[in-house]
Amino acid sequence: MAVSSSRVLRSVLREEAFYFFTSIGNYTGQGASSLDEFLQKIKDVDIKSLEFHLFREDFEKWIDQTLGDDKLAAEIKILRNQKVVGNALRDRLYFIVSRRLKELKGGSATVSASSPASKERPQSSVLRPS
Amino acid sequence: MKLKGQGADLDDLDWQILRLIQEDAKQTYTEIGNRLNVAHSTVYDRIQKMEELGVIKKYEAVVDSEKIGIPQITAHMTITTDPKETENVAKKLEKFGQVLEVSTSFSEELVIIAKVVAQDQGQLHSFIAKSIAPLPGVLRIRTAIVTKKYKEERFSLSSRENLLKKRNNL
Repeated sequence: MAVSSSRVLRSVLREEAFYFFTSIGNYTGQGASSLDEFLQKIKDVDIKSLEFHLFREDFEKWIDQTLGDDKLAAEIKILRNQKVVGNALRDRLYFIVSRRLKELKGGSATVSASSPASKERPQSSVLRPS
Repeated sequence: MKLKGQGADLDDLDWQILRLIQEDAKQTYTEIGNRLNVAHSTVYDRIQKMEELGVIKKYEAVVDSEKIGIPQITAHMTITTDPKETENVAKKLEKFGQVLEVSTSFSEELVIIAKVVAQDQGQLHSFIAKSIAPLPGVLRIRTAIVTKKYKEERFSLSSRENLLKKRNNL
């Protein structure tokens, strides 16, 4: 059964948001609580942070397990396997996520019902910048 | 012995007893008394009073985690917060078992310094990302993982004696 893309586009709780680090334990102060916000942060965060999280598979895990978009997670996995770094990584990641966002907002996209985030949950508060 | 201002008013015998139990808290009152040429009941009374006044906070075993097969890493976190939230963040940090020490410190800006332990780097990162970064008011975290310890000591009376000697030489 296909699940509405609005589940993927929702804002998650502060505890479930994605927090950008540049290395183990070094938090940049940037976080994203929705795919929209995640896209904006891709433009701004330190490139070291994108590289750190991509190669730890953090993006894929958050997008799949928290937002529930296994299709986008799979595309990011492909990017990781291509070992893209630097600004090329920022550009590619931005392109992949923005394309998926357009697709989801267009209403034609579907996501797998097996994903944990696709289960019914109430809309939660948006992460506010501290 | 009584509280004087903010500190307890200790005499020479109290200081000597403290120094001996800091060296080895498992010594009996008789052993301490023998070393100081006083009755064990005197030692008992003095220690009881120092416990009541909070001069002696507790007795504890210092466990070597590696020897009991628990690999452990230690890290020092410097957490920059919204100044309005510093106290709230520090109080929340206190509650985590992995956080051993929390203090606020001021250099160019007010920050929280916390000592944290974890089994490995993965667990350390996961704890910081899932439990500390989401706390309201946390603006930035810098974490330094300890690679080698050269000295680890708590406040000791020999430190106090060294300070007093330096002061007297000035």
